[in-house]
Amino acid sequence: MRIFDPHIHMTSRTTDDYEAMHAAGVRAVVEPAFWLGQPRTSPETFYDYFDSLLGWEPYRAAQFGIQHFCTIALNPKEANDPRCLPVLDELPRYLAKDRVVAVGEIGYDSMTKEEDEVLARQLQLAVEHGLPALVHTPHRDKAAGTRRTLDVVRESGIAPELVVLDHLNELTVGMVLDSGCWAGFSVYPKTKMSEDRMVRILREHGLDRVMVNSAADWGSSDPLKTRKTGLAMLADGFTADDVDRVLWRNPVAFYDQSGRLDLDDTDGEPKPDDTSSFEGNSIRRGGE
Amino acid sequence: MPNSGTAPHPSLPLTPEARAWLDTALTEIATAPTTIRTLFPAVRRHCGRAPLPDGRTVDEAVRALLLAALPLRDQALTDEVGALHRYGDPAEQRAVLRALPRLDPEGTGRFLDLVRQTLRGNDNTLIEAALGPYAAAHLPADEYRQAVLKCVFCEIPLARVAGLDDRADAELARMLGDFASERTAAGRPVPEDIAPFLHPFTTSGTTTSGTTIHGTE
Ligand SMILES: [Zn+2]
Repeated sequence: MRIFDPHIHMTSRTTDDYEAMHAAGVRAVVEPAFWLGQPRTSPETFYDYFDSLLGWEPYRAAQFGIQHFCTIALNPKEANDPRCLPVLDELPRYLAKDRVVAVGEIGYDSMTKEEDEVLARQLQLAVEHGLPALVHTPHRDKAAGTRRTLDVVRESGIAPELVVLDHLNELTVGMVLDSGCWAGFSVYPKTKMSEDRMVRILREHGLDRVMVNSAADWGSSDPLKTRKTGLAMLADGFTADDVDRVLWRNPVAFYDQSGRLDLDDTDGEPKPDDTSSFEGNSIRRGGE
Repeated sequence: MPNSGTAPHPSLPLTPEARAWLDTALTEIATAPTTIRTLFPAVRRHCGRAPLPDGRTVDEAVRALLLAALPLRDQALTDEVGALHRYGDPAEQRAVLRALPRLDPEGTGRFLDLVRQTLRGNDNTLIEAALGPYAAAHLPADEYRQAVLKCVFCEIPLARVAGLDDRADAELARMLGDFASERTAAGRPVPEDIAPFLHPFTTSGTTTSGTTIHGTE
């Protein structure tokens, strides 16, 4: 099973996670810029974080045979803190980088006026840089927040196929797929979505424009949820090709729209039934 | 540095589109140097990253040409190059580090701070790029020795460190000897490539710890 995790916060994870992910078939990840738990109080601390998403984390990932890309943005929660807003002016410098494959995570947290403005402005940046957008949907008041997000996306003029709305559930998936945007699902212990619910959603809505991620971060989360979802799909009668489509080809197709998803050859990539750890790391030394 | 009209890059394997992009970029930088700020990160997307026979990649070679096209001197050059490094991703930073000898032909050492910043980090690809001829020419002896020792720890082959044959000295031999005995005491292997930098000095009797290197024999 080859796996592309389109949303995972590796900065918060250990090297043991990287090893386990590689053994599980994960060969590429996208790490969206997000909040860190502890609120930031100045723009400069974002720049070090962005540098880390472009430098140290891809280097670390490469040591374990995993290709690391990222998305860059001012996250919705910190969009409400005027001390953080100067970050918006520096974003173009980062959106010019090779390993930045989308603007994100953007979206709503508490659906404030400030969040409205920052979301619209960053969708505009995506348009200007020819990049996709990764849009987080709020955990509270999700259905209303998703509707409002779709309105802002429509007004921005960005092509819907360049947008993924993430952390969806049974109540929000329909309107997102109808809009032409991509549907992202975070299979996350206790909250968000479970493997079995995910399989039922795939049965009902099909495999088109659907991405599954672990959204693993500093919370109680599991970086192997992608594989567990793949196994649940197989157990439910989906084919290995269906699993490959959801866990690899779909996220590759989405982020490839950036023109920057420069994936190395995955020589010796795991076969659909290869669960063992994998030697002969084909990623060249360097992890750039 | 003025860009003569003739192609300065005939040997690079570039598509016609990439070559045209590069020619335009060089002209823009020569006339408006701040354009390098957006051109420098975009190199790989326009010119690719194929490996070259000299061990570099195409993007690194092209970035060196962009840097060489900067019509700046002294502090203005130091500032612009420093900012490209500060805001660069690792590929951009490697290109800057490898270009330092050409950017400082008078040998002022004005870019040494970029080398020092890199040596404090943990990315082997950057450390290697920093320990080229520029570091060999300008790093003070104590810093150079620490850098060599760091390479041994990080398992960067010493053959990739510039200037070692000239700059290896008795103190470096002592440090490597101590390192070797620490490794031996821990039952861990000692990298073979440190051997040449132990022997010439331990036989001269200038170190007090020559007896500690038996683990490497
Ligand atoms: Zn996230």
